[in-house]
Amino acid sequence: MNQEERARTIIDFALSHAKGKVDDIEITVSGWNEATSRFAVNNMTQNQSPEYERVAVRVLVNGKQTRLTSDIGPPKDVATLIDKTVYAAKLLESEGDLLDLPPAPNSDLYAAPNRFDEKTASFSPQDRAEIVQKIIRTAKKHKLEVAGTCVSGERSIAIGNSQNLFAFHKESSAEISITMTAPNSSGWVKENAVSISDLDPEALAEKAAEKAIKSKDPIDLETGHYAVILEPSAVLDLLCFLWYDFSATSHIDKLSCLLDKQGQAVFGQAITITDDCANPLQSGEPFDGEGLPRQNVTLVSNGTFKNMVLGRKSAHQLNLPATGHGLPQPDGYGEYATNIVVSGGKTSLSEMIANSERAIYLTRVWYVREVDPRTKLLTGVTQDGTFFVEKGILKTGIKNMRFNVSLIEVLNNVIALGPAVRAAGEEGSPAVVPAMQISDFNFTERSLF
Amino acid sequence: MEALTEYALDIATEYGANYVDVRIIRQDSQNIQTKNYSVSGFQESGSYGLGVRILLGGWGFSSSKDLTKAGIERTVRLALETARASATCRESPVTLLPEPAHKANWSSPCEIDPFSISVEKKIGTLLDAAKVMLAVPGVTLATGELTFIKEEKFFASSEGSRIKQDFIRSGCWIQANATNDEDQQRRSWPQQYGQQELAGWEMVEKWDLVGNAQRIGEEAVALLSAAQCPQGEMDLILGGSQLALQIHESCGHPTELDRALRWEINFAGYSFLTPEKLSNLKYGSQIVNLVADATAPGALGSFAYDDEGVAAQRVFLVKDGTFSGYLSSRDTGKEIGLTRSGGMMRAESWHYTPIIRMTNISLVPGSAGKLADIISNTESGIFMDTNKSWSIDGRRYNFQFSTEIGWEIKNGKLGRMLKNPSYSGVTPQFWNACDAIGGSEEYVHWGLPNCGKGQPCQLMWTGHGAAPARFRKTQIGIARSK
Repeated sequence: MNQEERARTIIDFALSHAKGKVDDIEITVSGWNEATSRFAVNNMTQNQSPEYERVAVRVLVNGKQTRLTSDIGPPKDVATLIDKTVYAAKLLESEGDLLDLPPAPNSDLYAAPNRFDEKTASFSPQDRAEIVQKIIRTAKKHKLEVAGTCVSGERSIAIGNSQNLFAFHKESSAEISITMTAPNSSGWVKENAVSISDLDPEALAEKAAEKAIKSKDPIDLETGHYAVILEPSAVLDLLCFLWYDFSATSHIDKLSCLLDKQGQAVFGQAITITDDCANPLQSGEPFDGEGLPRQNVTLVSNGTFKNMVLGRKSAHQLNLPATGHGLPQPDGYGEYATNIVVSGGKTSLSEMIANSERAIYLTRVWYVREVDPRTKLLTGVTQDGTFFVEKGILKTGIKNMRFNVSLIEVLNNVIALGPAVRAAGEEGSPAVVPAMQISDFNFTERSLF
Repeated sequence: MEALTEYALDIATEYGANYVDVRIIRQDSQNIQTKNYSVSGFQESGSYGLGVRILLGGWGFSSSKDLTKAGIERTVRLALETARASATCRESPVTLLPEPAHKANWSSPCEIDPFSISVEKKIGTLLDAAKVMLAVPGVTLATGELTFIKEEKFFASSEGSRIKQDFIRSGCWIQANATNDEDQQRRSWPQQYGQQELAGWEMVEKWDLVGNAQRIGEEAVALLSAAQCPQGEMDLILGGSQLALQIHESCGHPTELDRALRWEINFAGYSFLTPEKLSNLKYGSQIVNLVADATAPGALGSFAYDDEGVAAQRVFLVKDGTFSGYLSSRDTGKEIGLTRSGGMMRAESWHYTPIIRMTNISLVPGSAGKLADIISNTESGIFMDTNKSWSIDGRRYNFQFSTEIGWEIKNGKLGRMLKNPSYSGVTPQFWNACDAIGGSEEYVHWGLPNCGKGQPCQLMWTGHGAAPARFRKTQIGIARSK
């Protein structure tokens, strides 16, 4: 029995068991089988192959709703879970504005690119070890020390409800992350893809090694305002703090930094942001937490805040159509833009360097946090490949510095954009973003390395 | 549970494992969230499964919820295959510090089982607090949350340990938000993301959400028109919960030995507390004593045995200002010549392999009395409370924190309220500027339930005992410098 058939069996059993006990029921079956080989100091340090399957049941009874989740075993466990969920729902107070579950949409709306590669899904521990060996060999060739991960596996999700809705998605995933270190410098790279064949471990290792070698003996630079060149990973780990501000619920709760600014120019004209699940560089299922098809939504067009994403509840409150971005309900956060695509430009990183009189080049940003939600003031630190650019040349590595920048100001200070690529970072989920050249970045303190 | 672990141990040993440990964990949790006058989330979750960790030159780990004999055998075989693959990427085999075999049965302290309290009473507590917050003119959003977790864990190792532990964790949190055309401010109680403890419903009663709701509502609204926190070098007094996070980030994480050995450098980061600095570095002033104490009753990071069967301990990390110890495990401790692991290995659940985690990293109480005493002995400075944001560099040197609220101190008295307070510094300089630590009167074991570390990232429950403390000549307000 494959994953889809197994999920259908569980959902059909649940629907049958719940008949007559509930007004509506929704069942979500999610599976996750993703292995991670970790290495450091040129040795494998951890290696794990966990297996995971969860079933979530949401019931609606007399205007009340609850959601219970469990690792699931035989059908009797599903029956017990449903009975517990129904019991729990009866303990709650009625929600005045509780919506019925959505009916099945036209199945064509679930169309998404194939995101499954059998080789990646069945990659073995020894297959990953061979990739790790290649990366360690590259480090040793350059007399560097390496740490990182090689990840491979698959995940699946199915949603069914008592209104005949059924949606299923599975995808494979592969990721390589590498940190090369020298005595006083380091370089980092991280990429992920649907297919492990799309990741070249030796090329990635060389890229990280080059950063570590080029940034050796870093100099201290004065704090202050500089132009910056941000690689796509750095862009992702800054911009991801903005995604929830496009959620309708963040506007209803008066928490969005874009409150009351719909239709206004909020960023520079070069900035266009969409949520596009079907983009070939994106990942994830083509439906939301209630099974609604994810729609392509233009969030920002040429700097103007155009649209929010809406789940069914916020759409009902605002009398607008839902966009298929709802989180599994009930959830106070409402919805989330999960498939971000920031339009790119044509300027390469080397062209950005060449046209810079004086700038700082950032491979990545580290430990970014929001300081002020209204001005979207963020703080963070540079890391793993920070360089001073002068008169069009990447001149030298520099010691790391802390920055405090308003994301709104950053997106109003764009000089140039690179081509949009699938980027991976540590703060936000992978998204499609370009490299950015920014005219003003406030570096407030120096670190000691 | 016992029979299943014996079966897994037998198979692994039969297939030639040098060492194997097995954890079977059952976890049930309940989470209730309210937003304004309604329940915005009610979720219960159950989890039951097994994790097998095998040493065969290198480490291998696998886990599954399939607890049939066939499922256990498949999981053990995959852990073995994974360990063999690890060995092909090692220059030398992993070795472990010795630990006696333990046979034990332990339960965390709990006066009132939170699962015995009715859902109506729990929701009523949150909605009562919401009504009080929303009655304050200017409060635009009031939220609340309760979390209860019951965990039953059985550990068995090929060295003979058989350990059963039962945990009950409880957490509570309310927050008032105030938004106007120019600004957005918030106040949380007992702290940002709430307080969690190894305790039962009694902790919810102790923190008195309803009794504190009006004050935090009024403070959130008052912050909208409060003066902006100034910038400059000033004396700083930190409230206990903010100090807890300061300890977490600038002492807890850098004393993790896996970081100091560069094992976590790809994700969680490195540490300036490298092994040659042990017993040499003046980390803080003479009055600074920091301990990792997994034995503190009721503290969120307490247990009896860690997830590789090492007994809970109280270890000095900083003694009289000198860096004096690490958070360690059986394999990392061996690397630097320790004689015994500090017992700090834990996994979020049965899904994951254990890694070094903070237990309760606490600042030993000092002699400065209560917060009011410290303020009255401060001529000029700023008092900051309740964390709002936190960031620290990859070696845990440079940090910047902001808090929800601050107050000016003039001539030993609290003055006007300040909004958007922030401070920054470099870890050893900061702790060397500590000249007053509050006594046991206001010492609290603050709980942080969401410490992220590892790949894949695991969340962990950590605790931090702290009383208010003062730090001289600290950099204030640079976050908003232009």
